[in-house]
Amino acid sequence: MALLRLAGRRLALAVPGLLGVIVVTFLLNRALPGDPAAFFAGPAATRQAIEEIRARLGLDKSVPEQFVYYVRDLARGDLGTSLTTGQPVLRDLATRLPASLELTLAGLTLAVTVALPLGVLSATRPGSWVDHLARVVTTAGVSLPIFFTGLLLVYVFYFLLGWAPAPLGRLDAFSTAPRQVTGFFVVDAVLAHDGALAWAALRQLALPAVTLGLFAMAPIARMTRASMLGVLGSEFIRTARAAGLAPRTVLVTYALRNALLPVITLLGMVFSFLLGANVLVEKVFAWPGVGSYALEALIASDYAPVQGFVLLMATLYVFLNLTIDIVYGLVDPRVRIEA
Amino acid sequence: MSAVPLLSVEDLSVEFRTRHGVVRALERVGFSIARGETVGIVGESGSGKSVTAFAVLGLLPPAARVTSGRAVFGGLDLLTASAGQLLEYRGRELSMIFQSSRTALNPIRPVGKQIADVLERHANLPRARRRGRVLELLARVQIPDPERRYHAYPFELSGGMCQRVMIALAVACSPALLIADEPTTGLDVTTQAGILDLLGDLSRTAGMATIMITHDLAVVAERCDRIVVMHAGHVVEQAPARTLFARPRHPYTARLLASTPRAGAKLADLTPIPGAVPDLRGETTPCRYRTRCERAAAVCDRPPLPREVVAPGHVVACARPL
Amino acid sequence: MSALLRHGRYVLGENPVTAVAFGLFVVLILLALVGPSLAPHDPLASDTARKLEPPSARYWFGTDQVGRDILSRVLVATRLDLAISLSAVTLSFVVGSVLGASAGFFGGWTDRIVTRVTDTIMAFPLFVLAMGIVAALGNTLANIVYATAIINLPFYARMARAEVNVRREAGFVEAARLSGNGSARILAVHVFPNCLPPMMVQASLNLGWAILNAAGLSFIGLGVRPPTPEWGIMVAEGAAFIVSGEWWIALFPGLALMLAVFCFNLLGDGLRDLIDPRRRT
Repeated sequence: MALLRLAGRRLALAVPGLLGVIVVTFLLNRALPGDPAAFFAGPAATRQAIEEIRARLGLDKSVPEQFVYYVRDLARGDLGTSLTTGQPVLRDLATRLPASLELTLAGLTLAVTVALPLGVLSATRPGSWVDHLARVVTTAGVSLPIFFTGLLLVYVFYFLLGWAPAPLGRLDAFSTAPRQVTGFFVVDAVLAHDGALAWAALRQLALPAVTLGLFAMAPIARMTRASMLGVLGSEFIRTARAAGLAPRTVLVTYALRNALLPVITLLGMVFSFLLGANVLVEKVFAWPGVGSYALEALIASDYAPVQGFVLLMATLYVFLNLTIDIVYGLVDPRVRIEA
Repeated sequence: MSAVPLLSVEDLSVEFRTRHGVVRALERVGFSIARGETVGIVGESGSGKSVTAFAVLGLLPPAARVTSGRAVFGGLDLLTASAGQLLEYRGRELSMIFQSSRTALNPIRPVGKQIADVLERHANLPRARRRGRVLELLARVQIPDPERRYHAYPFELSGGMCQRVMIALAVACSPALLIADEPTTGLDVTTQAGILDLLGDLSRTAGMATIMITHDLAVVAERCDRIVVMHAGHVVEQAPARTLFARPRHPYTARLLASTPRAGAKLADLTPIPGAVPDLRGETTPCRYRTRCERAAAVCDRPPLPREVVAPGHVVACARPL
Repeated sequence: MSALLRHGRYVLGENPVTAVAFGLFVVLILLALVGPSLAPHDPLASDTARKLEPPSARYWFGTDQVGRDILSRVLVATRLDLAISLSAVTLSFVVGSVLGASAGFFGGWTDRIVTRVTDTIMAFPLFVLAMGIVAALGNTLANIVYATAIINLPFYARMARAEVNVRREAGFVEAARLSGNGSARILAVHVFPNCLPPMMVQASLNLGWAILNAAGLSFIGLGVRPPTPEWGIMVAEGAAFIVSGEWWIALFPGLALMLAVFCFNLLGDGLRDLIDPRRRT
């Protein structure tokens, strides 16, 4: 059926993207200032260790050969070893990824839940207080540096009001992590029927998720509003009204579904920002995700984790875009039928 | 024919607030239509034909204001009716079809479902029967292979078929009145004839009254009982079709008829109407055709614009009718 | 010339918001130019006896953890931050336009290669790519300019390509060709100048984002080294003190950042309304 064919086509189109990602990360791998082998061996390595690393990484071979080794290693899941943790980078990333995902998903859910209705209301009630609120949110959200927003929120809600806990990570000092099912502390705590732990985890998650959410809210609200305004003035809405359809039907089934199309496309760009902003938020709130993992490694001149992080984020992004394309095809038949 | 008219528009005036001032788009427009009758509203672009229809249905944009008049339909003044009442009437008692049908349909919803939406809203049909009724309607408007077309999207259909879908949508609940706004503009001549025949057929079999809005006199010539001629927001003449074509009484109508190209006519034979529709911002003269009229005289500047009944059912808005 | 000024005055009158943004822009540029001489104290002079002092008459923005005057540092940082973002945007504008315009005009392999390059850049979450580039090339100020320029490149390349493509077959291009102009000359002199207005809008919108990007990179410790005053790194330094309530260290540089970004966004919006009111949101 048309949808499967669309998915297949989009998947095929994602392959060059992935290839490009692999090539670029390879180039970054080799572009390290000075001697890459010395960097991977670490500042305390002996000359012999450096030579061993050089041989193992194939750095004494020609560039195309090195590329082949690189791809082979990737296929085996070998992203190198972290100097600071001593673990394979892939394992480190896998351990810390759920924390980042929990944060990103929470932020995105928050953003969509607020921004969509805000945009719709702003479009259907122009000039009202909702409209003005929406405009303030979108303008401010686009201008504020996300790390600044996070700090402001910490100051107001932790220091001044005492409502939020200290920004010290996913859990406070007294709680232990729940049994791992999904890796999302809130979900796992609920699954383990530990209400108190779930609440504690939720409290820690609140401020960083709001910070990310505010950031993503702005473009989504702005696009929803603009798109709704455009759709509401279109001819098929007039036909729907002339046919006496109920206002809710006109708004949701007719207007909103059409208005969502550019918003879905926008989500691709929003994800690009979110995956990058994740790093900044993780730093502000000491969130133990892949972003802070890469940052700690970067400061320690430990390069394998940084490269693994870039590769991971890029691959994630390619698949996210793929999913968005497919979802778009679900909503807009013109894309799947016009082969 | 003194039966109570189905729709009676009286004294309708509409103005638009724009950045460049207030535009008095309609001024004291009045006409009526009886059950089962077909009335054509003709005029140049900008004469206010579509605005009249939108005003009656309550579909005017927010910048528009109805400053006077009534539109009485089945005892209810549509212009002062509540939103809830209008929602009951629209689509069920009176409905409208628009030009450029492909953009007038929801592009991401199958056409069958769009018709079903109207049935769901207005008709008392159980869900299981709805699909069958939609297929009936599609067949009624002469769409071939209705089973397959039910799931089609507007972009997959030709212009003519989209127009038929819109007609099906509009007549789904057998309304008493159908307003057709330029239903054939943009279609090729053969398709035009097909659409008009369909409308005529539906009108006859269901006893449905039709208002045909168009700038094309050929469309209304054979198919309308009565014709209303509009110019610059005024109704300048209304008469039974045959009388209008045989003996128009308003100078504008006469020139309109004369300017319609006939088969075999040469370019040099064409007689366009001089001038253009006047600027409707700010103050206007009582007769808005005055600047283009060859019969204009001092009496034409004296308000109000007269409405003379020159024969039963034949009204002319002119101080010096032909 | 006077007609242009008159038109400019009319346009600014119609759009008070754009006028405000433009005024703010001028203020920022002035501060960048003369800021250091306006600073009441030496931005690098530390006075540990007066560390962590809240805003007062003497130190309007307070002092940081080693006793430096924050107001002076914020003022001086204006020059650095604007310089970083302006150079990054200029670089990506120039390179992106050349690449995109060539791709749009000559088509064929040029187009394929340029499109492949921009698509590859856009396959990455942009900030993450900037991090990777700086990590690979080395942690210097020049490199954060290059990294910001690279990640902004696709916007200009795509826009230039689209605009040039639209105008490629236009009548005046044919005329220029017939009068014997070579392709490169036609592109540079005839086609590209017509693409400039929408691209200038994109550039001003991008300036805000470039500042945020550069500040983000310095916030995580890339590019700028202490004790250099730069808004991003100042916020990072102040971050540690937020939890203990010393809000002024992070707030003022953050506000300066926000003001600059806000100004460029408004300017971009205003320019867009001027040039193509249809695209207003």
